[in-house]
This record gives sequence, structure tokens and C-alpha cells, in this order.
Amino acid sequence: MIALAYALPSIAVFVVSALLILGGAVGVLTFKNPVHAALSLILSLFGVALAFLAQQADFLAAVEIIVYAGAIVVLFLFVIMFLGVDHSDEPASAPLVGQRTLAGAAVALVIAGVVFLMATSHWVTGVPSVSTNGTPLATGADNIHQIGAAVYTTYLMAFEVTAALLIISVIGAVNLARKERPRVGESQ
Amino acid sequence: MNVPAAWYLVLAAALFGIGAFGFLTRRSAIIMFMCVELMLNAVNLTFVTFSRTLSDVGGQISVFFVMVVAAAEVTVGLGIVVAVFRRRASTSVDELTEMKG
Repeated sequence: MIALAYALPSIAVFVVSALLILGGAVGVLTFKNPVHAALSLILSLFGVALAFLAQQADFLAAVEIIVYAGAIVVLFLFVIMFLGVDHSDEPASAPLVGQRTLAGAAVALVIAGVVFLMATSHWVTGVPSVSTNGTPLATGADNIHQIGAAVYTTYLMAFEVTAALLIISVIGAVNLARKERPRVGESQ
Repeated sequence: MNVPAAWYLVLAAALFGIGAFGFLTRRSAIIMFMCVELMLNAVNLTFVTFSRTLSDVGGQISVFFVMVVAAAEVTVGLGIVVAVFRRRASTSVDELTEMKG
């Protein structure tokens, strides 16, 4: 019995998070109403947050709920309500012949290939951490301390580039979403 | 002892597959964005799993940056959806056929 090799609580957490993730994802796939799809997405994101918690990523689990479920999905819902598209936009028949079959076959092939590679290849585990100079992964408050120290030292450059990226995306979004009005001295 | 990393990796692969299938088959631009979010979350789950397996915080930092980029992408993407909706009163990607040869 393979299941007895691992602690029962961790198996239970895995099963619950897998059910939440896959149930939510299938909901996003099947619901016709975009509002229902967005709520289903929240379910899936909570499952991912649970999987993060079970794997010592405490800070990321909190960020997953605050940023993803709290901000990004609310942005989705805001746009759905703002545009008034809380009904199905799907055509009765697909314009491309065999699109579903081809997409399903391609996705199944790629995923099966990845899982096959994973099952047959050799994994290196337990190497000393590079980003924290050999300190093992911590949990709780120490996890936040580790992430903060790494972001502001090893990954400082990437952190500053993301700051620029956020500014650019905010300016771009404002520019895209505002109403176009003809400017003086400019032929439209 | 925690469950083996392979369980979480297979779960992430399944989530990525569902997201990719939805992106290829759904027509509403908003739902296609949600499927992109599902795929990004599958990759995040893989990063966190390897972070635990290798006992390295670098994977978690990568997830942090992926989340920032995802937020920026959603902001601009939904801005584009709103701009397209102004002209066509629809979020279906089948309407955007001007560049068809």
C-alpha cells in the first residue's frame, strides 16, 4: 500500500487541493456565463493557495489569495459588469472544423509526453540552496524573511525591472481604455 | 512526511492542460484570459514544488515575479478588451477578421 508511506494529513490536503484546482478549472472551461467562470476561477486559485501552503510557501499562499483572488479576479468581474457581457458569447457551432478534437488531441499529447518524461527521468534532489547561501527553506515568518532578503539582494535587478513594467502597464491601460477624442491640429 | 513532488507536478500538468484546451477552444476574449491565468498558476505550482524539493527559495521568488507580470498582463489585456468592445460591441475573438487574407 503506497499511501501508508506518507502521512495521512498531507494526503488529505493534496486531495482537497487537487479537487478544488481541477473542479475550478473545469468550471472555467464549461460555464457559458463569464461571471460563473470568474467565480470558478476563484475556486481554482484557492486550491492553488492550499497547495502552496502545503509546500512551505506561506507568503506566496497569502499573496495568491490577496493578489489573484482579491485583485485580478475582481478586475475580471469589473470588466464583465462594465461591458455588460454577463451572457454567453459562444457561437452555436465552431467556425473551424474539428477545432475541439484537434485541440484536445494536441493538449493530451503534450501533457502525456511531459508526464512520461517526468516518470522516466532521473531527478536530482536535496542540493544545497544557491539563492540563500546554503540555508534550507524556512516556513512562517522566516519564509517571508528569506524571500525579502533574496528579492532585495540577489534579485534586485529583476525587482526594479518589474517596477518599470508595472508603471508602463498602468500607463498603457489608461491610454487604451480612455475615450478617443480628436486633438486640435491633428487630422484623424 | 509530505506527499511526493511528482503528485503535485502531475496536478500542475493537468491544470496546464485544462487551461491550454480552454484557450484553444473558447471564443470569449475574457474567458481566454482566465485560461491564461490557469496556465500561469500551473507553472507557479511547479515552481513551488521544485522549490520545496530542492530546498531553494529561488523558485518562490520566480513565482513572485510571475504574479507581478500576470497582474500587468491582465491590466493591459482587459484594457484592450474594453477598447475592442467600444468598436464592435462584442468580446468574441471571431469578430476580429480585418487582417484575414
